[in-house]
Amino acid sequence: MSQAASVHSAVEPAETPLTPESWGKFGMWIFLAGDAVGFGMLLAAYGGMRATSADWPIPFDVLGINLTAVMTFLLICSSVTMVKALEWLGRGDRTKCRLFLLFTALGGAIFVGLQAYEWTHLIGAGLHIDGNPWGAALFGASFFMVTGFHGLHVTGGVIYLLSMLRYVTNRPRPEASYNAVEIAGLYWHFVDLVWIMVFTFMYLL
Amino acid sequence: MATTEHTHPNYMAIFWSLAVLTVVEIAVIYLPTGKLTIGVLLCGLALTKAALVAMYFMHLRFETRTLGLIAVTPLAIATLLVFLILPDGFAVAKRTAGVKAEAGAPAKH
Repeated sequence: MSQAASVHSAVEPAETPLTPESWGKFGMWIFLAGDAVGFGMLLAAYGGMRATSADWPIPFDVLGINLTAVMTFLLICSSVTMVKALEWLGRGDRTKCRLFLLFTALGGAIFVGLQAYEWTHLIGAGLHIDGNPWGAALFGASFFMVTGFHGLHVTGGVIYLLSMLRYVTNRPRPEASYNAVEIAGLYWHFVDLVWIMVFTFMYLL
Repeated sequence: MATTEHTHPNYMAIFWSLAVLTVVEIAVIYLPTGKLTIGVLLCGLALTKAALVAMYFMHLRFETRTLGLIAVTPLAIATLLVFLILPDGFAVAKRTAGVKAEAGAPAKH
């Protein structure tokens, strides 16, 4: 989107009937739908491998869910700070918007930190991509593949949110960045949504 | 823009729902019922949480129906894929079990 279009969204050449506010929002939804197919494939493949394996370990016995429950709660909290950031921007308060964007990014950064800690702990306990002490070797491979793919999304999201801090600061008026922050929020909530699925299917089930 | 058409949903209510549902999920795995019951409950709870995030945090409830359809399509594709993979996977598992039963007979590919 050109700067002029982002400042005055009314001058966009044509609007999509699906998201009349902006093309950017429509673009993000299409990207997220594609990304969801990616995660869906990974989880479906995981389910297929697990259902047909004779010696698949019980995930919550091996992985432990206390830390991941905290991580889940953290992502839910960061989703709330994200909607709060947008709400404050809608009310014209850029300072509060930036503060809540920062909280959101911080939540994501802590999440990735905890995941690094968890991985280190599990690798130390013998969980590797080519084998583990508890059963099917694919258990480790699929665990690192899925949680790693999600962790990369969180890392990307933190960078995205931090770049939005600058974007909000640089726009001439609060409402000029509302649309872009809303789109960033869509991505962040999607990352939260995917973690809800990953937490259920890879840790609890 | 700054003045949105829809009123903001009660985000804190959604937050508490998500937090409580997460606690329920963790409690469910210790239920003294069958694996299938626990599995169905967990899938239901996960989908409920995902729906709450999509509907209210991602404002899907206030968007057009077609956008909702686009958002739901991946779920349908992934569900379909599970059923496409399973028959193949069970065939491999059965063959592997057969090979093991033959006590060291060379595996046929």
